[in-house]
Amino acid sequence: MEFTNSFVLEALSREFPESVISSSEPFGMLTLEIKKEDLKKVIHHMKDSSLNYVFLTDICGIHHPELPEKELGVIYHLHNLVDNHRIRLKTFMPRENAEVDSLTDLYAGANWMERETFDFFGIKFKGHPDLRIILNDPELGYHPMLKEYRLEDGTRTDKDDKMFGR
Amino acid sequence: MSENTPKINTNAAPPAGFSGEGFFATKLSDLIGMARSYSLWPLPFATSCCGIEFMATMGPNYDLARFGGERMSFSPRQADVLMVCGTISKKLGPILKEVYTQMAEPKWVIAVGACASSGGIFDTYSVLQGIDKVIPVDVYVPGCPPRPEQILEGFMQVQALSQSESLRRRDLPQYKELLESYNIN
Repeated sequence: MEFTNSFVLEALSREFPESVISSSEPFGMLTLEIKKEDLKKVIHHMKDSSLNYVFLTDICGIHHPELPEKELGVIYHLHNLVDNHRIRLKTFMPRENAEVDSLTDLYAGANWMERETFDFFGIKFKGHPDLRIILNDPELGYHPMLKEYRLEDGTRTDKDDKMFGR
Repeated sequence: MSENTPKINTNAAPPAGFSGEGFFATKLSDLIGMARSYSLWPLPFATSCCGIEFMATMGPNYDLARFGGERMSFSPRQADVLMVCGTISKKLGPILKEVYTQMAEPKWVIAVGACASSGGIFDTYSVLQGIDKVIPVDVYVPGCPPRPEQILEGFMQVQALSQSESLRRRDLPQYKELLESYNIN
């Protein structure tokens, strides 16, 4: 049996018919949208079953201000190192009380990635042992990747927008 | 030997004064200023590509040692010149300020490169828009990154400052006012 995108998709949609909302293959990489409540269950299965996704490559956030029901998202990249197969999982939630389950008890590496996602997007991770901001200035006081905040520094005095392509 | 053999000038011009047979009289402050200017100990605060140019400045081709700056001081306590080479993020700002505060007088600051001078291309919320937002700066070196010749020119500007400034600059009311405006001391 070959370890292909269609094989993984079939295995997952058979195991979790309710959880897999949609799937696509941009640039050949299998991408699934997963129901937020089931995300941890699905990833736990993907890690411990014969699907064998033992490596968590990355976690990041995304902000879509134009979609109220799917305003904030978290994207997970997993890697099966034995069969060299990568997969991308997305989950979305509204802005209020944005919270997903933490993966820290599955992957130790999720700890700092989740802190980073919390730092930049304000998404909380339920069950994270130490959810503090990690990269930004502790005095900053907001989550800078949310699109309502300007990219520029508020205190700049000597920069002309024309020179910065704005 | 080629025509291009460099000549080493070992008798630099003395400070203004009176000389006669067997004596030379000048102001002590000029003499101390001259001595200071040829033994400035830099503290390299190198965070990015300007730091690489600074390393070239220290190397044998450009040789900061010709100006008496070969002794890097990695402790702020013994340093005379704080050379800030590179982007300073806002999170690093308080640390830079603490380093500056720990330096003993007399002390000078060179902002090497566009980032240290103004934030440079990093027009963003996380980058300090010039180190003069947290500490006073004596010399700005432009460039992205500046060539070693430009860093040497900036260093020579500090030498000129130390020769011409009052020996106890720290006692001047303007200087105290400047530090006060940065909430230092």
